[in-house]
Amino acid sequence: MSSVIDGFAVVLEPANLLYCLVGVVIGMLIGVLPGLGPAATIAILLPITFGLEPVTAVIMLAGIFYGAQYGGTVTSVLLRLPGEASSVVTVFDGHALARQGRAGAALGIAAIGSFIGGTLSIVALTLVAPIVAGFALDFGPPEYTVLALLGIMLVSTISSGGRIRALTAAAIGLLLATVGRDDFTSAERFTFGNLSLADGIDFVPIAMGLFGLGEILYNLEERHRAVQAPTRVTNVWPSRADLRQSSGAIGRGSVIGFVLGILPGGGAVLSSMAAYALEKRRSKHPERFGQGAIEGVAAPETANNAAATSSFIPLLSLGIPANATMAVIFGALLIQGVTPGPQLVTEHPELFWGVVNSMYLGNVLLLIMSIPLLGVFVRILRVRAAVLAPITVLITLVGAYTVNNSIFDIGLVIGFGVLGYLMKKAGFDPGPMVLAFVLGSLLETSLRRSLLLFDGDLTGFLTRPISGVLAAAFLAVILLPLARTLLRRRHPKPSREAEGQADSSLPAEGQADSSLPAVGPEGSAEPAGRSVPNVVGAAGGDQRRAGPVSQQTVRRDPNPEESE
Amino acid sequence: MTTEPADDRPPAAGPSANLIAAVVVIALGGAAVVGAAGLGSGPGTWPTVVGVALVILGLILAAQARRAEPPERFTRSSLLVVAAVASMIAFVAVIATIGFEIPTVLLAFVWLRFLGRESWRTSIAVSLGIVVVFYALFVGALDVTIPHLF
Repeated sequence: MSSVIDGFAVVLEPANLLYCLVGVVIGMLIGVLPGLGPAATIAILLPITFGLEPVTAVIMLAGIFYGAQYGGTVTSVLLRLPGEASSVVTVFDGHALARQGRAGAALGIAAIGSFIGGTLSIVALTLVAPIVAGFALDFGPPEYTVLALLGIMLVSTISSGGRIRALTAAAIGLLLATVGRDDFTSAERFTFGNLSLADGIDFVPIAMGLFGLGEILYNLEERHRAVQAPTRVTNVWPSRADLRQSSGAIGRGSVIGFVLGILPGGGAVLSSMAAYALEKRRSKHPERFGQGAIEGVAAPETANNAAATSSFIPLLSLGIPANATMAVIFGALLIQGVTPGPQLVTEHPELFWGVVNSMYLGNVLLLIMSIPLLGVFVRILRVRAAVLAPITVLITLVGAYTVNNSIFDIGLVIGFGVLGYLMKKAGFDPGPMVLAFVLGSLLETSLRRSLLLFDGDLTGFLTRPISGVLAAAFLAVILLPLARTLLRRRHPKPSREAEGQADSSLPAEGQADSSLPAVGPEGSAEPAGRSVPNVVGAAGGDQRRAGPVSQQTVRRDPNPEESE
Repeated sequence: MTTEPADDRPPAAGPSANLIAAVVVIALGGAAVVGAAGLGSGPGTWPTVVGVALVILGLILAAQARRAEPPERFTRSSLLVVAAVASMIAFVAVIATIGFEIPTVLLAFVWLRFLGRESWRTSIAVSLGIVVVFYALFVGALDVTIPHLF
């Protein structure tokens, strides 16, 4: 218990307070701005964290992640333009409320829900993470092998662009992780005699390239509409009736977000959709949803914050990142010389509790800032993408150099940037690739250690209790969708109920079909498209596919950006 | 150019594009298997496993090429990306010899004026502003060892 309190002492150090504030402000900004998502931003800012203490660095990066969940709401409500993929469902009722002149109430309830969801999730994190870590201390190489495989598999399952493409990206990530000297025999692998590759490819250029630069290049092709100055927001405090109506939704959203956030591959997007769907199903008047139901804003906004927080549990207690953003934070910790894993709580309690406790503070800061600063954030929307792009690209290039003082690293960033761009064009999500790269050496090392342990007998994985259970889960993840495909072939039209239950590969799509409202004739929200069910990208690099939701509310400038 | 719907992604390419992606994946997997064979068992085993997995995934992708969601087509605006990458390669090529200041101004200017179609005035002002801030930040405040002229 005393280490929990020591954690607060760590948070209250002036430097940590400052970087917590910096993190949440950056997070809110990128949440509001179309262009970069949290994973890309964190990747680009990695070089800056090198000069910081590990705990300070992670406090800031975590702030960016959950801060973005707050910011994404603003544009959903005011402009019908989700700033983050996790705020797509907020658009339906949030913008309807804004059109009724109740934008303030929608934003207010979203901020309050986010605060409650985030805070409840931190309390649960405080209680659960040490227990999970204690349990995981007994994990040996076989358990880690299966756990890493399961993580990669689950993340690929829920990724956008289809399972096979996601698995392909993951396999390429695993292959990239083998470049460099082999840990066991120090044989050089795939280095092509290049000295810069002998120590392996650094994580930073991969993350900066695939997420950061890839995203920037991909956005270049997209012409951005001029953003219409939104209506003034007045009266941000929701009424007492609103609060009463939303309280249940906030409670349920917190639970859904927390649970889905822990699962590898789960996260903010999936949980916001699940929370929305649940509220609609439970409601006595489901027809209100889409017409400006305040619960329709409260539930998803609560859930996405709760999920953003709870997705730290697998990272901090097992050392397994649950999504792409966590993979980048994992990389940041490794660079700092801290290996996340079950020993983190006992070996670096100040880091563990410092980061966890900073989230309480960050959520308070966000709640305080989000309401009065709304006008400022809305004004930032007017900064044009054409001006932001060269700034971010130069930060990326110069930042990549500063990591190792290496021009070769800038070249790598550009190379991976082009790869990320091409992957996105071809419908491959770079998220699983970065995740698999991060887990690659852990996976290979534990696999080879396990095989030494088992004398090369693969059935050893099944006979150890924990790895056996995990292996069963792993097989279930593979076999269930396969069985479904076979069943579907035999019976061309299975009942929707059965399909919804068996469909673990595209949960968002299943929900989108059955419970999300259509956005209306002019809308193009396409929640089932390749954009939205991207859970990896949600936390990760692919926010922008959330895309514009309506063309009606965002007036097209007849002569965009040329009339200066 | 303003008649097309703004903010739209380029149109979809044909199924052959999926096939090309699949072939690239198979080739990569094959190369990994061949490269791993030279390493022998031990260091080569894991890359072989991953390479074989890639080949299998590539074959599945090829089989699904017709049904799967097609990739985006390369359009005229893809040339923007080519120009962007070229500008960055030029940046890397000269930064070690002439420092980062001039390449930074030029890259920012090219992106603003020609890729972003900003006005001359905005482009010049912003690109000069960027280099001043970068100099103050990286050389002045952070004391980074980036090659610089001044």
